Amino acid sequence: MSGEVLSSLAAGERGRVVGFDLPPEQQQRLLEMGLTTGVEFQIIRYAPLGDPLDLKVRGYHLSIRKREASCIRVARL
Amino acid sequence: MTTLVQQAETVRQVAIAGNPNCGKSTIFNALTGMRQKVGNYPGVTVEKKTGRFFGSHGETMSLLDLPGSYSLQVRSPDEAVARDVLLGRLPDTPRPDVIIAVVDASNLERNLYLVAQLLDLQLPVVVALNMVDLAEQNGCVIDVAALREKLGVPVIPMIATKGVGFIELKQALSCDPLPKPAVCVPMPEVIETEARALAEKLDISSDIAFPEALLLLALHDRALAELAHEREIIDATLAAQRRIRDVDLDPMSAQVDARYAWIQKVCHAAVSKPGDHSVSISDRIDGVLTHRFLGWAAFLGAMALMFFCIFTVAQYPMDWLDGACTGLANWVGSKLPASDLRSLLTDGAIAGVGRVVVFLPQILILYFFLGVLEDSGYMARAAFIMDRLMSRVGLHGKSFIPLLSSFACAIPGVMATRTIENRKDRLVTILVAPLMSCSARLPVYALMIAVLIPAANALQKAGIMLCMYLLGIIAAFVMAWLFKRTLLKSETPMLLLELPPYRMPSLQTVALRMWERSGIFLRRAGTVILALSILLWALATYPKPSDPNASPADALAHSIAGKMGHALEPAIRPLGFDWKIGIGLIGSFAAREVFVSTMSIVYNVESSDKENIEPLRDTMRNELRADGRQVFTPLVCIGLMVFYVLAMQCISTVAVVRRETNSWTWPLFQIGYMTALAWLGAFAVFQGGRLLGFQ
Repeated sequence: MSGEVLSSLAAGERGRVVGFDLPPEQQQRLLEMGLTTGVEFQIIRYAPLGDPLDLKVRGYHLSIRKREASCIRVARL
Repeated sequence: MTTLVQQAETVRQVAIAGNPNCGKSTIFNALTGMRQKVGNYPGVTVEKKTGRFFGSHGETMSLLDLPGSYSLQVRSPDEAVARDVLLGRLPDTPRPDVIIAVVDASNLERNLYLVAQLLDLQLPVVVALNMVDLAEQNGCVIDVAALREKLGVPVIPMIATKGVGFIELKQALSCDPLPKPAVCVPMPEVIETEARALAEKLDISSDIAFPEALLLLALHDRALAELAHEREIIDATLAAQRRIRDVDLDPMSAQVDARYAWIQKVCHAAVSKPGDHSVSISDRIDGVLTHRFLGWAAFLGAMALMFFCIFTVAQYPMDWLDGACTGLANWVGSKLPASDLRSLLTDGAIAGVGRVVVFLPQILILYFFLGVLEDSGYMARAAFIMDRLMSRVGLHGKSFIPLLSSFACAIPGVMATRTIENRKDRLVTILVAPLMSCSARLPVYALMIAVLIPAANALQKAGIMLCMYLLGIIAAFVMAWLFKRTLLKSETPMLLLELPPYRMPSLQTVALRMWERSGIFLRRAGTVILALSILLWALATYPKPSDPNASPADALAHSIAGKMGHALEPAIRPLGFDWKIGIGLIGSFAAREVFVSTMSIVYNVESSDKENIEPLRDTMRNELRADGRQVFTPLVCIGLMVFYVLAMQCISTVAVVRRETNSWTWPLFQIGYMTALAWLGAFAVFQGGRLLGFQ
């Protein structure tokens, strides 16, 4: 499956991070929060206004915006 | 000086580090109790919190609270503080002897990332494995002995909120000598080699050169230029980064990946999850509180409750304080003969400071709610819900709390901007925060509504007030949008928001926070506000009229403030304001609510009771211009309210903005743009209204 990004997953779906198309500084921040290449995650929900989203990774809840999420390549699980 | 040096030698310096939401402040507060003080690191706006406690042999130890962060990787000067403290590079802060690394056991993997970085520093580390009860509830079993062995440092299981583990923590801290970490996180070979080579070029002592080199290697160009000052080091770092890329590794991410790979091994050995994937209580609460419809209801309900308490419950203690100030002024007045000194003390100092201190109950209630919301974990959800709206104008979900606080008072609002990492976004939030209608505007609104519609019913009053609040909110968002596109141009910041599990707020944490914040507020009232109150008093008192029996109104007209009102008249005539209103504007430059008392002096209305504005209202309504027209026409009343919605008119906010931005540029700019905005707003109301044929 190519071309899938994190924001294309619906609430409840699981995926694995494959790569990033983000500026280095933003990518580094995401990595440090544990969203590293190869890690598995689950989308828990989208915020009431549709953005940002709440994802569970490494056992905790992290919220990022769709804008950045659309630059994270993932494989659906 | 000798005593200071001696102290530094004998008192063990302990630093406490950890991710946000790991319970770091609970441990800090439990160790130090009331023996803590809050200051600032020089040059940056990061809070420096220190305290003292006693080790297991009764020896005094000094505890430094490092800013909560997810990583030691530095990207801005504010973030550099934690690193500089740990590397011993701040002149007034000794390098710690030992670090307490607080770790949330229920969120172990990500929390261990910071620990992995701390282990590189060659300083003794004690891991405080906090919230072990929560981890167990989540079906997570941690083998503490295995964790200790894998991390190579003491690991103390704790439940800080219940006081469990503090004896063992103190024992570990009192250990002599303190053991250095036995384990170092393995890095890819090329990174290790390059870091060693770079470390030798750094002009710092050898034990901190290696961790510093690691941090430099992971920096991208812009941050590197900002943080490493020597050209030679920058070039060496860039060359090393190129060599790392040559072997197909990314210098920015290789270290992170290596640390998480190591963490996974540690967790694999020390943590077992007996296949429990049930939805936790916290997740179930979230299902309601961030629900599409219920989430909004809960959010609005929480906000409504908070403001109900701020505006109604706080009224009682505020009335007592007001009474106490009046009582004190009367008492001083009765003890002293009529003189300038008496007037200075009663009308200048006591009245001026009293007018600000009166807001203390509101500020305490605000901090109580903010503390409970923060400590329970709801604040992150409020940011989660509001982020979409805030990002429309280029701001962050985190800007929401400061703006919300500003409805009570801009001072806590401006102080709350400290949680915004990006400097430009923080400045934008500070610049627009005072546009939110604070409680000091209420007396002005109340007076002007009474003059506008003397027999207004509750619905009319509430309607006009609501319009004023909405005007402030709209102005704040428009200005934020404008600033983000012009003066403080920057990308909409990335959102990286942790949604921590809900928990019962700790009353001690909330109470200490209220204590600390109100202390800052009161100190300011005692210094800056006192000085300015006296200055304004002098402006309104001198020079005195030659006739000693002149009425207060004549005396005021004769004073510098009165002359300034006249001088101001040409500037405010297009707004429909006369020179008497000008005096009111000048008198309330330091604090908006002073407008009411200044107007009663101008119109010679004896009214000691601020609740009873009827005599003043009637005098103002009957006031006529030279040509016989009414002064306070509906357009002037509305224009005056609009002016107060938009104008800065608060010297305490100016003082706090100066402190928080570390410059006079921003507060002066803020006064300038808000006054211009206020003038334009009132102009539009008056002239626009007249064009449309209104009075």
